[in-house]
Amino acid sequence: MRTNAFLFIILQCLLINLAFGAQQNQQVQVADPYLELRTGPGRSYPVFYVVERGKWVDILKRRTDWFKVRSDTGKEGWVRRNEMELTLTSWGEKTDFNEAALSDFSKRRWEMGVMGGDFEGTNVISLYGGYAFNANLSGELSLSQLLGDFSDSLMVNISLLAQPFPMWRISPFFALGTGIIDTSSRKTLVQSQDSTDQLSHVGAGVRVYLTRRFILRGEYRNYVIFTSKNDNKEINEWKAGFAFFF
Amino acid sequence: MESRVRILLLVISLTSGLLIAICAPVFAAAPSDNEQDQVIQPRIDRKEIKEAKIDTEDFEIGTFVGLMSVEDFGTNTVYGLRAAYHVTEDMFIEAAYGRTDTDKTSFERLSGAADLLTDDERKLSYYNLSVGYNLLPGETFIGSKRAFNSALYIIGGIGSTDFAGDNRFTLNFGAGYRLLLTDWLALHVDVRDHIFDIDVTGEDKTTHNIEISSGFSIFF
Repeated sequence: MRTNAFLFIILQCLLINLAFGAQQNQQVQVADPYLELRTGPGRSYPVFYVVERGKWVDILKRRTDWFKVRSDTGKEGWVRRNEMELTLTSWGEKTDFNEAALSDFSKRRWEMGVMGGDFEGTNVISLYGGYAFNANLSGELSLSQLLGDFSDSLMVNISLLAQPFPMWRISPFFALGTGIIDTSSRKTLVQSQDSTDQLSHVGAGVRVYLTRRFILRGEYRNYVIFTSKNDNKEINEWKAGFAFFF
Repeated sequence: MESRVRILLLVISLTSGLLIAICAPVFAAAPSDNEQDQVIQPRIDRKEIKEAKIDTEDFEIGTFVGLMSVEDFGTNTVYGLRAAYHVTEDMFIEAAYGRTDTDKTSFERLSGAADLLTDDERKLSYYNLSVGYNLLPGETFIGSKRAFNSALYIIGGIGSTDFAGDNRFTLNFGAGYRLLLTDWLALHVDVRDHIFDIDVTGEDKTTHNIEISSGFSIFF
């Protein structure tokens, strides 16, 4: 009985939340001769309704660059962002959705991405996350899986990245760091050698600002693996991938 | 007498006027807290469209079940999870994880020799990171009254397959069909080729492993 009452209260709260959420739809006024509503969030979907100038529409949700709106007659459809930006807010001003732009790329704090490439003949897939201390300097943690013909390895690296020209759309950077590599030999090999070694690296690369919050990234790293044997191993790695920032 | 008083008043008023005229700019220039504050404070309280308040639904998460044929090791049920992020209306990135069991090879069955793999090594699991492109977005008509948004997409990427005791670098590519039952619920049908090298059957060879799966996903 008590649990029922408890559930009921939770349900009520949820319903109140839903009702409250429904009231929070933001409204814009059509300023162009008309606003085209499409059946789906894409340019290939047909226009099925137009809202006249001066009418208000509720913004329901957004998917990529498309907004789902509801007209005062209750019709719901999707409108492209550049058309939404021609509408007016309740203050009679142009609607602006504050899209991320090149300036945000220069001022980014967090960056996350995936890259793939070649680690001296071995395939490498890596996932990384970074934090920018200021416009020029950032720290990164990366986790890589190396998949070769004779062994596969997991590698963790921390690096410090310097970016001399943060304002450029195509911005080069330099990296310096250290990490650990854990290698296990292929099961089918007769002589298997599993090892865990420390390594350090220097590198250089380039970030290219794409659009919204997206970056293309390519980089080269030169690793030195401090093996338990006396000779160190030098490895060249080339990677490319993409990332987003926030 | 009266005129003298008048002249005196006139002189006083003139001198005071002159004094004020001279001193006024000085007073005005003197820093004063009251004067630095504007008399009318413009209250700029713009009611901007807050992007954060608009519910964005660019993420998609779902499960799938299907059949996966592993070269030499038979066809079995595959199941897994997928998550996608829609970058633009055309492009999306997807991460997927799946697992399946495999059978004995025909060699193992016919020759009666020792098994190539242990039970644990016979389980296959993979993950991949792929980029997809909505090649044919549009509408699917079911009956004469219902139209659903749908898209035919091509997808490809890289990943790793854990099979026969080792992790193997895997390329995948394929095509899929996404049918949106509502704005936030989608039905998927996917065909995917997973390509990796394997050396347990004697020599190193590249294998093509076809997966056909279907599943539901939700947008949030």
